[in-house]
Amino acid sequence: MTQPFRLQNIGLINREKKLSFKFNGKNYYGYEGDTLASALIANGVHLVGRSFKYHRPRGFFGAGVDEPYAIVQLYRNGETEPNIKATEQELFEGLEATSVNCWPSVNFDIGAINNFLKIFLPAGFYYKTFMWPKSFWYKLYEPFIRKAAGLGVASTKHDKERYEHKYEYCDLLITGSGPSGLASAYAAAKNGARVILAEDKSRFGGTLLTSEVNIGNQSGKEWADGIISELKEMPNVTVKNRSQVFGYYDHNMLVMSERLSDHLPKTKKFNPKQRLWYIRAKEVLISSGSIERPIVFGNNDTPGVMLSSAAKEYLKVYGVLVGKNPLIFTNNDSGYETAIEFKKNGIEPVILDTRNDPNSEIIDEAKNLGINIKFSYVVVAAQGYKKVKSADIAKISENKEQLGKIENIKCDCICVSGFWTPTIHLASQSGNKSKFKEDIDAFVPGTSKQNETTLGAASGIYTLDQTLKSSFETGHKLSKKITNNDNKISFPNVVEKKSTVHDKFWCVPLPKGKNYKRFLDFQNDVAVSDIEIALKEGYRSIEHVKRYTTLGMATDQGKTSNLNGLQLVSKIENKVVPAVGHTTFRPPYTPVSIGAIVGREVGKHSKPTRKSPMHTWHEKHDAVFVDAGVWLRPRYYKRGNENLFEASKREAKNVRTNVGVCDVTTLGKIDIKGPDAAELLNRVYTNAWLKLPVGKARYGVMLREDGIVMDDGTTTRISENHYHMTTTTAQAANVLSHLEYYLQLVWPELNVNVVSTTEQWAGAAIAGPKSRDLLQKLFPNSDVSNEGLPFMGYIEGDLFGVKARIFRISFSGELAYEVNVESDNGNFMWEKIMEVGQEFEIQPYGTEALSTLRIEMGHVAGSELDGRTIPYDNSLEGLLSKKKDFIGKRSLTRKAFVADDRQKIVGVVPLDKKTSIPEGSHLVKDSNAPLPNPKLGYISASCWSVEYDNPFSLAILKDGKNMIGQKLFVMSPLKNKVIPVEIVSSHYVDPKGERVRS
Amino acid sequence: MLYIKCPHCGMRSQNEFSYGGDATVKRPELGKEVSDQEWDDFVYNRKSLRGKHWELWQHLFGCRQWIKVERDTATHEIFKTLKANQEISK
Repeated sequence: MTQPFRLQNIGLINREKKLSFKFNGKNYYGYEGDTLASALIANGVHLVGRSFKYHRPRGFFGAGVDEPYAIVQLYRNGETEPNIKATEQELFEGLEATSVNCWPSVNFDIGAINNFLKIFLPAGFYYKTFMWPKSFWYKLYEPFIRKAAGLGVASTKHDKERYEHKYEYCDLLITGSGPSGLASAYAAAKNGARVILAEDKSRFGGTLLTSEVNIGNQSGKEWADGIISELKEMPNVTVKNRSQVFGYYDHNMLVMSERLSDHLPKTKKFNPKQRLWYIRAKEVLISSGSIERPIVFGNNDTPGVMLSSAAKEYLKVYGVLVGKNPLIFTNNDSGYETAIEFKKNGIEPVILDTRNDPNSEIIDEAKNLGINIKFSYVVVAAQGYKKVKSADIAKISENKEQLGKIENIKCDCICVSGFWTPTIHLASQSGNKSKFKEDIDAFVPGTSKQNETTLGAASGIYTLDQTLKSSFETGHKLSKKITNNDNKISFPNVVEKKSTVHDKFWCVPLPKGKNYKRFLDFQNDVAVSDIEIALKEGYRSIEHVKRYTTLGMATDQGKTSNLNGLQLVSKIENKVVPAVGHTTFRPPYTPVSIGAIVGREVGKHSKPTRKSPMHTWHEKHDAVFVDAGVWLRPRYYKRGNENLFEASKREAKNVRTNVGVCDVTTLGKIDIKGPDAAELLNRVYTNAWLKLPVGKARYGVMLREDGIVMDDGTTTRISENHYHMTTTTAQAANVLSHLEYYLQLVWPELNVNVVSTTEQWAGAAIAGPKSRDLLQKLFPNSDVSNEGLPFMGYIEGDLFGVKARIFRISFSGELAYEVNVESDNGNFMWEKIMEVGQEFEIQPYGTEALSTLRIEMGHVAGSELDGRTIPYDNSLEGLLSKKKDFIGKRSLTRKAFVADDRQKIVGVVPLDKKTSIPEGSHLVKDSNAPLPNPKLGYISASCWSVEYDNPFSLAILKDGKNMIGQKLFVMSPLKNKVIPVEIVSSHYVDPKGERVRS
Repeated sequence: MLYIKCPHCGMRSQNEFSYGGDATVKRPELGKEVSDQEWDDFVYNRKSLRGKHWELWQHLFGCRQWIKVERDTATHEIFKTLKANQEISK
């Protein structure tokens, strides 16, 4: 198949490598180095989509990030991705793409009826239209709008691609590899600075690839190639193409997305698809160049109307003609450069220049080439529906308000140049307040806010000579400041054709009797008339006009539309443009895929996973795991067809009758050392700690300064100045920070060191009436009798050659011990316990049984210590020392905390002794009371008591101490349950605590 | 992401730190009688300042030291950082 619009002798594509691709189901060919856009244009395809609101035919407008039209749905390697710009997507073998926003097809789009109804869809149509009658919205309007409008479709499949994050530091980050980027990078690199040079496109060089200039006796491209290959060789320089710096954040942190594989048919093995770079740069050089802006005229959205710079890029980079009968419409010399390129390649362009006989070297060249130039001429309207067929043109008066006689001229494309808009997004994101530069009719960065400097066209410098000079100097100066090197580089001789001033003309008036749509925002279909309506309706702030009309709110973020929108508002409001101001530039500069933002933090990697040293054993023994913070803990050990309920009941029952073992490695452990350790504990915990003897453990509760319980646990005095603190699994990190806070900031005079040892010790809780017999067999050389190791006692022992710490503490309410060994010996310990425990009918138990055991004993845990309760609420008031001060004590005198009917923990049993009580249910006096039914309390934890074989719950209940014996109702609207219950003591089993001391 | 100079470790990114509130609040001495107002001012009452503000940060994923940071709450500019035991000069 031939490519009718491809030239033979021009372009940077690789003609050796032909690539086949599919667009809207049809097969085409292009070459390696093409974009999807250039390949389609080479094949004569100009109709690629439909517009958002009116569904007007859409072609190509630009050749890069500024493209508002050519948005496609991409299919690659069995995956699909929406909203890809055809101008950015590089061609690969087998690429498939379809149009978006058209239904049923791009050639016949039912939504295009909006085009003829457009009188009904003016500015604010989202807010005004389809609003009544309300009942029509869900059934009629919304489905219709959803089907007819909107962009591409996101995949619902799991994304198999790999995305990475990278953190990088550098001296200079340079964003863009055009002339200013290359010059500054080169100067800085020669001074030994660590440089990152980022280029969005696949080719380096920016405008040097398309402009007719001479640098040091080389063409612009040759010079760029030379600099790039030299930079690539330097160890202090990182050169990245296909990399867009899209965000400038606080403290010179910039984020860049690198597209490593999007241009390949398939991501290579072990390679990421994209990589997100977080770059902290000492200095940032913004060399992002400028974007050509359109001139507004009738039907200026017709396919075939495009930026003149884009036409030149298609020609010079891709060897593609955007038309064979081009009309160039310009208010400055740039349009002439495009015309000259057409002429040189055998095409006869016509130039319409809004200016009256300007003079410059470029214009002279065009004249000498015999190009047809019409001065003081404008395009009034493009004609043609799916492609430009002709243009209505007219002479324009000196004051640019009166049109002469309308003439029609045949053409197949209209290349527009309305001068250049600096790309100031990054500078603006850094906090730099932009200023309006009269001579270029555009905003440029003002005073630097962070360490950023804007160079070249992005700062409004439009001549190559001046751009290179200032960029070399800036690169040299900033790098010298960092490296102290002073390597001078010689400045090359620059030859460029001189241009003359542009005409500040941007919008063609409507001819009498015609009502052509003149578009400002091409993606969102915002026309001149929409802005006029918004202003008429009273919108003044440019931010409000933007939101009401959706000007600049599409995926191209108004890269081609913003300035013309401002020009219009300023004209109607009779203000100067800087007085109107511009809308805020926010990151990202270009769309970033969600995958790149998420990086590797997907699935199991979305948070760290901590496993105990015994994890493999649990796995081998059919443990079903549960997330406990970042830890994985066995919830229960499944036997046969058991479910959670059956298994946990069996495990808990076995603890009450024989002996069980539970992995308690996850408990927070803090090693506390120093002569003032006891004093610290005495201030942190609510009870007395100064007299705890060596070899003894004590239970303690710590509060926040506001009197709320923070955590509980046991702390053991290992030796004179050495303590071992345990915390709950959830609060381990907070408690350590809490201790460090007081030691470093509040009481620095205390001579104490604290360090986390959670991961250094593996822990096993051995609980049940037979636990002492088991312990004696595990530690035959230790005296573990009730006298030798009494309740809350501590000894060190020898576990078959492994050093162990033995604590007699209990969470289950049974006679119980906790054995700790160094983590490396954890599995050994566990296997020994299971092996020796066999004769005592030992079973491992998980967190579910652990909960059951603690609930029926009335021991509080995370569900009661939930950040809302004080010691009294948990029946822990006995642990509040009256003799000393401690953290949070003063707050406990607050009125609400000493109220007579203060909430308190109670036990709850269903009257039928059968119905399980859902956690989180409310307690009420009367289940039939009108709503809102006064709530007396809530169920904090529920279990099936293995001691009494009926359901049992803990609750925090108003006036709990006087409620024992009362009958109330538990209500769970979520589970639609009403259960009559009796309030009992929270200590349901062994209320006197005899078992733990036995 | 802020770039904070830890007085012990040097320049580090914000994600190594955790925020700890107003650095100018002083805890009443242990055992000292304080009025409800004084206690409330210590526990609850904070000014939400726009502009320069001394605040606490902990270098959680670093040296674990609590540090004092003078930051502009509007612009995020950081002017000075101090060790826990260094007094804030008025």
